[in-house]
Amino acid sequence: MNAVKFLFAAYVATWAIHLFYIGTLVRRFSRLRQQLRELGKGK
Amino acid sequence: MKKIFPILSIVTVALLGYALYLALVVAPTDALQGEVYRIIYYHVPSAWTAFLLFFINFVASIRYLTRSKASTENAAKWVAIGIGVVGLVAPFLPPVRRLIPPGMEPSAVATTIVLIPALYFLVGKLFPGDRLDVLAVTSAEVGVVFCTIVLITGPLWARPVWGIWWAPGDIRLTSTLVLWLIYVSYLVLRRFSNSAQTQMLAAALAVFGALDVPLVYLSIWFFRTQHPQPVIGGGGSMDPRMLHVLLFSWLAFLLFGFLVCWSRFRLELLKREVEQAHAMESLAGAEDSEKASLPLSRSSR
Repeated sequence: MNAVKFLFAAYVATWAIHLFYIGTLVRRFSRLRQQLRELGKGK
Repeated sequence: MKKIFPILSIVTVALLGYALYLALVVAPTDALQGEVYRIIYYHVPSAWTAFLLFFINFVASIRYLTRSKASTENAAKWVAIGIGVVGLVAPFLPPVRRLIPPGMEPSAVATTIVLIPALYFLVGKLFPGDRLDVLAVTSAEVGVVFCTIVLITGPLWARPVWGIWWAPGDIRLTSTLVLWLIYVSYLVLRRFSNSAQTQMLAAALAVFGALDVPLVYLSIWFFRTQHPQPVIGGGGSMDPRMLHVLLFSWLAFLLFGFLVCWSRFRLELLKREVEQAHAMESLAGAEDSEKASLPLSRSSR
């Protein structure tokens, strides 16, 4: 039973890392789109 | 293309969900390790995906480095063809066969080596010009994410099975950590260097970094390590039901990795578009101020 917590931790850690990375991609996308919109307005 | 992405995303989520069900419910319990061995279904596919991404980074970097001169590009093309021909024949020759570790099939070695020229030409065809550099940074970044998972799930598996989190001096573990550090330094170089030579320097670093991949992969054959023998082609016996779940899990993670790479690739293209737009705006601003200052400077004379 004690070892199962390591299995659980490994699976949770995997998805936490993937979701964190996807989150950074989404943030970077929205920041760049915002910059592109601002550049478009400036013209 | 815009329609394919959501469809593939749904398919990937379904595959990952089914892979999780297979890993936790369908796969039999290991007689020695019990339930904790199920970490293999995330640890090993993540490692294989990371290796594949670093390999793509290596090929893209080589192509990027050699594209500046037609003669260098031509020479690289013939070297790739040569590697393919030698790789196809050499593993079956008795003197070379003796060098191959027991348990590793010559056909597996030949297939792996032939992948080098195959990927070399495929990458050149699909990613022309500066897109090679975009592919390189994409594969390195996503590869680092998968390699991070390997380095976290590994100790979480080692603790209940070996009784230690990390085996200091173990070549498999150390070379994997070095691989991760090389690619993190690659990303740091790309993030913080503004030199015109950054892309070239990063590509050169990536070529050296990729040399660590075969060392990581082959270390368990050539050295005594705490890490277990490979589950495929290493002479180890794995229950076929476990193997099927492992391969299915890898397929799901490969598709997931592909989608993440696709998004990261588009992000890099967008970033370069924004940088170009900023540069154009600065240029236009400089020209405007120059025009405005010209009559004033003439009248003041």
